[in-house]
Amino acid sequence: MEAEEDAAGTIIEDDEIYVNGGEDGESQRHRPIISGEQLDIEAYAALYTGRTKISRLLFIAEKCGVPSMQLEALRMAYDEIKKGENTQLFREVIAKIDGRLGPDYGPDNAWADAVDRRAELRKEKLENELNAYRTNLIKESIRMGYNDFGDFYYAHGQLGEAFKNYVRTRDYCTTSKHIIHMCLNAILVSIEMGQFQHVASYVGKAEQSQDALDPVTIAKLRCAAGLAHLEGKKYKLAARKFLETGPELGNNYTEVIAPQDVATYGSLCALASFDRAELKSKVIDNINFRNFLELVPEIRELINDFYTSHYASCLEYLGNLKANLLLDIHLHDHVETLYEQIRSKALIQYTLPFVSVDLHMMANAFNTSVTGLEKELEALITNDQIQARIDSHNKILYARHADQRNGTFQRVLQTGSEFDREVRAMLLRANLIKHDYNLKASRKH
Amino acid sequence: MSSAESLVAQIQGLSGNLADLTQLRNYLKQSDDSLRVESTRLAPLLNELDPSLHSLGYLYVLEACTSGPIAKEQANEFVLLVARFLNVCSAEQIRLAPDKFISLCKRFKDQVMLLEDPMRGVAPMLAALRKLQTSTEQLTTLHPDFLLLCLLSKCYKTGLSILEDDIFEVDQPRDLFLYCYYGGMICIGQKQFRKALELLHNVVTAPMPIISAIAVEAYKKYILVSLIHLGQFSTSFPKYTSSAAQRNLKNFSQPYLELVNSYSNGKVSELEMCVQTNKDKFETDKNLGLVKQVVSSMYKRNIQRLTQTYLTLSLQDIANTVQLSSPKEAEMHVLQMIQEGEIYATINQKDGMVRFLEDPEQYKTCEMIERIDSSIQRIMMLSKKLTTMNETMSCDPSYLGKVGRERQRFDFDDFDTVPSKFNI
Repeated sequence: MEAEEDAAGTIIEDDEIYVNGGEDGESQRHRPIISGEQLDIEAYAALYTGRTKISRLLFIAEKCGVPSMQLEALRMAYDEIKKGENTQLFREVIAKIDGRLGPDYGPDNAWADAVDRRAELRKEKLENELNAYRTNLIKESIRMGYNDFGDFYYAHGQLGEAFKNYVRTRDYCTTSKHIIHMCLNAILVSIEMGQFQHVASYVGKAEQSQDALDPVTIAKLRCAAGLAHLEGKKYKLAARKFLETGPELGNNYTEVIAPQDVATYGSLCALASFDRAELKSKVIDNINFRNFLELVPEIRELINDFYTSHYASCLEYLGNLKANLLLDIHLHDHVETLYEQIRSKALIQYTLPFVSVDLHMMANAFNTSVTGLEKELEALITNDQIQARIDSHNKILYARHADQRNGTFQRVLQTGSEFDREVRAMLLRANLIKHDYNLKASRKH
Repeated sequence: MSSAESLVAQIQGLSGNLADLTQLRNYLKQSDDSLRVESTRLAPLLNELDPSLHSLGYLYVLEACTSGPIAKEQANEFVLLVARFLNVCSAEQIRLAPDKFISLCKRFKDQVMLLEDPMRGVAPMLAALRKLQTSTEQLTTLHPDFLLLCLLSKCYKTGLSILEDDIFEVDQPRDLFLYCYYGGMICIGQKQFRKALELLHNVVTAPMPIISAIAVEAYKKYILVSLIHLGQFSTSFPKYTSSAAQRNLKNFSQPYLELVNSYSNGKVSELEMCVQTNKDKFETDKNLGLVKQVVSSMYKRNIQRLTQTYLTLSLQDIANTVQLSSPKEAEMHVLQMIQEGEIYATINQKDGMVRFLEDPEQYKTCEMIERIDSSIQRIMMLSKKLTTMNETMSCDPSYLGKVGRERQRFDFDDFDTVPSKFNI
């Protein structure tokens, strides 16, 4: 069933790629952007599996603000939960639906009770088994026992307990494969819980493993590390991690992240934090990453636009994508900051090669008004990010080249007077201390 | 009466050379008590002595006959008499009895203050101070008194002449604190904020075992001057500041620190709010005038920031960005700043545009070279002083004793490494 869904998802994506590929460069920039339209929840949800699918759907339902979309998301979340055993989440969703979806989506108490009963039984069984293993002191069995417990709690939505049990298996790991397994489980649960410090530390542990990791695991770890950095607002590091992610990732980590996300997160972070050269070498010329970019053509286009200085179109793409990005469970907090940084970066890059820039033309290129642009430039100049001055009368920006000779003279004179002042103050203080010391000495005698 | 005559004879006879003077001083010291007893009858003796030739004797007699309480009617006469003496006395002679001289000067200062005419004391005190000093690097106890008189009589320029000397030798920490505090106030009066900042900084960071009211007041003014002059204030102390100051100063100056906070936001309205709420406190501290200067400095600071960003800007825009009410007011501010050399700009009244220019200084003129040269000379002098001081310190027996005591025991091998320890 799930495999089918996945397949359906990729087919949709393939269609999009085809549409993009069919047109050529110049006309593409004026083409309406598909993702700018309302998010296709079904296609979106198909990219994910497991718990993250439910959390993402619920997140969309909470943030989108469109009733039809909200109900759609809730309906799918309901269906998805029914496949699992998480009764607590089930009740929450029921409360959110509040009977708006008709009798088919009501509080199915019979199902919930049945699941709960089964869970009780299973828990007892697992406890008995684990106790038996522990008395027998068979390491591998104990590990399995804890692992089963972790799986059990995870399925029932008790993430804290699940995390504890997964981590407990650590003492019983005998091979590096077990350790990796433990780390991946811990990372998965931590991401669900939003505990990204744990994610970073378990990624570190997994990467220290002696045996060579298989490419899929490496890709998974890169993604997890990228997410952790993203949450910590270290966009440059996040970008690096996402860009290092291998194409082996494929659809193997859909319980956390879809390859489309890797492209989006990586690209936006890279745009916000990389300089031109790095952007070219690490993003545009990166063959691995190109595979990801193909999945999200808008992002690929906007990166190319940015690099080829078609800022208006680049910003247009960004503007169109924004609504959907705000519905992303990991990215929504960072969208504003990233967008601001990308915009500043674009402004800086635009002014860099020129001695003087006509603000009217620049405003055109950025699709904004001259006064608005002036304010933005002012902020950038004040923060010392652009070395230029604005001729507000003629609306021209002039580059300003620091006069090294004058600057040096200024600094020398300043350093001189500082030294002068400090030495004098120091001598005075030394004399005071001496006086104090002499006074004490004379009192003693 | 015969003792008085013999005293006069002694003074007249022994004022010639140094050996005689030393003898005279010993004699006077012995007869000090008897002089005091007869203090009321000594006044006529002064007429027989010449204050410039017999300064030492004159000093003792004068000190003795004014040691009692002075009636209000006599105060004027006393001030005249002492002022004349201070102006003409011989520096060499009075330095033989600095204690007497200082106590006379202090009494003189008190009398001038009682008469509520501090101006009269300024010139004689300056003369006295110069005579008492063995070098211009020495801080005497008279320094703070002199500066206080300058402050009270608003003779700031005269006060500045003393403040230009570099002071290194200090007898009493309290003198230094007061000297720096009053000096700072005089410099503020003359709008020499850089110098004021330096003096106040000395008070705040001076080594002190317990915190003093002088330090607290100096810290408050230090904050304000720093905002006016530098446009910012760092609330952390330099690491050499005494722990007493680091612990306590901030507790005593909360309203000022609030001012610093609202200043750093760069919004005039916010700053004015803060001034309003703490107005009473500033007023009781007598700092309200300075606080007002802080507010107006923010306009300047904001305009100065614009010069970094803009080549031309209309007066209207300036008024908007720095929150002035009208272009006219903005023009006044810009004009004033151009006059004071704080920005380089031209105003085009026809279009209402201001054109900001770069600093025209090219560092090519002879004056600039001379300035740099003198600066280098000064720094060389200072470094030499530092080295000498370091050397004397490492030869100082009490210092060596202390360092030696801190080391457990000298092994023979240790002797090689000892000198390097002294280079600290």
